[in-house]
Amino acid sequence: MALSRFASSSRSGSLLKPLSSAISLRRPISTDTTPITLETSVPFTAHQCEAPSRTVQTTANELLTFFRDMALMRRMEIAADSLYKAKLIRGFCHLYDGQEAVAVGMEAALTKKDCIITAYRDHCTFMARGGTLLEVFAELMGRQAGCSRGKGGSMHFYKKDSNFYGGHGIVGAQVPLGCGLAFAQKYSKDEAVTFALYGDGAANQGQLFEALNISALWDLPAILVCENNHYGMGTAEWRAAKSPAYYKRGDYAPGLKVDGMDVLAVKQACTFAKEHALKNGPIILEMDTYRYHGHSMSDPGSTYRTRDEITGVRQERDPIERIRKLILSHDLATEKELKDIEKEVRKEVDDAIAQAKENPVPESSELFTNVYAKGLGVESFGADRKEVRATLP
Amino acid sequence: MLGVVRKKMLGQSLLKIRPAVSMLRSYSSAAKQMTVRDALNSALDEEMSADQKVFLMGEEVGEYQGAYKISKGLLEKYGPERVLDTPITEAGFAGIAVGAAYHGLKPVVEFMTFNFSMQAIDHIINSAAKSNYMSAGQMSVPIVFRGPNGAAAGVGAQHSQCYAAWYASCPGLKVLTPYSSEDARGLLKAAIRDPDPVVFLENELLYGESFSVSDEVLDSSFCLPIGKAKIERVGRDVTITAFSKMVGHALKAAEILEKDGIDAEVINLRSIRPLDRSTINASVRKTNRLITVEEGFPQHGVGAEICASVVEESFAYLDAPVERIAGADVPMPYAANLERLAVPQVEDIVRAVKRACYRSVPLAAAA
Repeated sequence: MALSRFASSSRSGSLLKPLSSAISLRRPISTDTTPITLETSVPFTAHQCEAPSRTVQTTANELLTFFRDMALMRRMEIAADSLYKAKLIRGFCHLYDGQEAVAVGMEAALTKKDCIITAYRDHCTFMARGGTLLEVFAELMGRQAGCSRGKGGSMHFYKKDSNFYGGHGIVGAQVPLGCGLAFAQKYSKDEAVTFALYGDGAANQGQLFEALNISALWDLPAILVCENNHYGMGTAEWRAAKSPAYYKRGDYAPGLKVDGMDVLAVKQACTFAKEHALKNGPIILEMDTYRYHGHSMSDPGSTYRTRDEITGVRQERDPIERIRKLILSHDLATEKELKDIEKEVRKEVDDAIAQAKENPVPESSELFTNVYAKGLGVESFGADRKEVRATLP
Repeated sequence: MLGVVRKKMLGQSLLKIRPAVSMLRSYSSAAKQMTVRDALNSALDEEMSADQKVFLMGEEVGEYQGAYKISKGLLEKYGPERVLDTPITEAGFAGIAVGAAYHGLKPVVEFMTFNFSMQAIDHIINSAAKSNYMSAGQMSVPIVFRGPNGAAAGVGAQHSQCYAAWYASCPGLKVLTPYSSEDARGLLKAAIRDPDPVVFLENELLYGESFSVSDEVLDSSFCLPIGKAKIERVGRDVTITAFSKMVGHALKAAEILEKDGIDAEVINLRSIRPLDRSTINASVRKTNRLITVEEGFPQHGVGAEICASVVEESFAYLDAPVERIAGADVPMPYAANLERLAVPQVEDIVRAVKRACYRSVPLAAAA
């Protein structure tokens, strides 16, 4: 394979440096678990700790799974864009395309005993935790088969049986909540950790520092992950943060800066962080990532960024393209096979959308369900309290 | 148009405060259309132009031109010292704004929605509302907290709450709820000029609506009094109180009811604190029936306070129990059909009026 095609890159250092490959003959794709050793795109930058090695172990199976998972997420988000424009999705819709490597790499480092909590850009994180496309599209369209039965919407996806705690609309709130999950894990001696995700916009929230302080005092197994896509809605990081070195903002808490567009780097960092947090308490991971869409579907995303910047990232740092190049350069699959995977996921997404469109809206009685876990038989009311009332079970 | 002269009724007289200058002018009768968005923008612009101490602070108010474009053009006109983009840190910037108000400035703080004001509520209540009292008048706080309040469309439970009742329960705050463009201009100007902390509750769905505005309203000296409701529609048979978006619903309900021979009086509250009890009571003493309409949660809501006020002051005049129409007593659901059930609709108001007029029997149906 022509390694020379990877020599040119605007980033310092080369894109890929395969140190060894055990594959000389190409085996059937997706089943090969022979280890491949690679290097991450850039070394990790550490604060108050020793950075993990940039040498990572992976397999053909893992790389192809990464490719497929990210391609599925990408397709899902783009399809959601169309559904929103067709007015099948209402309200707010915050898309994650560009950031897939963070969700996928993180999941690869964790088990389902570990907890994840994030803010409102949650569709892909939900999928990584084992959610289905139907649950996503049905929820976005306000149907019964949605993961929150249509009652939550885009910002409120949850999957408690996979320890995915949502799905939060108020910037920054999920960080203390995540530290609380970690508190419960330590209290119950779970030997598991919590990853609390937040953006560069949320990184300045006071409640984050309050929760971090307590987590450090109490040695909670909390990993705070800043998904730094460089813009808090329409405000660039340098306009919102005196110090945009988010991995250092924990001060006494160690931190690591990670290329969030490199799924292998994400996995390596998360593995390192999990081990660290179980022994030493909270740690911050800053994922250097990028969102192609605006903040939400109401934001074109082009009034505060140049189109050149967006296309530049897409050309040089796209997480899916990185893995595609890796796979091709190591002869793990052909271009056609990768394209076929993309066709498959496209079909999966289309099928799920078709199914979701057929799915019914919630029954009117659902207005009154789940207000409480234990309703005590109290009455609740509709807009006209004499016309519509219900007893909460 | 040059101020509505109200008929003197049973202990009530209302005159809109008119600046002396306007009485000398003659106004053309051609009414212009103005959106609520432009009304708010022009009010901010004029007040910033008139008083150097007024400045605007909030998320995306400057370079982004405002999340809902309310502050469009203001950064360009007044510069970054007077139009400040903040980080996403409500507790911090609201506190900073109150501190600036302590020391003589006149901040206008924008919350992208009032749901986010909950991050700052300690400063609104404890640092702003109570300071004049605690300091025996030394520390007045001429601050305005403004932004969209209540439900939008499909934004879910954490982004749809109405905060009118919460803020209006607090002494030391003034709480305003504009409906029309005239309200938006007049009340925002009044709020900015007022020496006390004002919570100014707008509505996202009203921003794009157009209303006729007279030349008087367009004049830069235009101002509406705080604490005075407006009778949007005079009627005989029943009083409907409403504020913000619900005023539109109440007016539509009144049109429908007219066909059934019920003549409804619609009161646009404009001010939740102070609440214009005299206008409300005078109206109920005339019509003998009352329906309160609000978007927010019913328990301890604005309607509950209005009902108590009327029972206290005008009990003998009530010919029917007071009816309350409010948001459903549940967190706001996302699905469109459920959201529709959670927010008052015109037909809910019509039905309640008919009950109060003994035109229908109430149905207590379990949903």
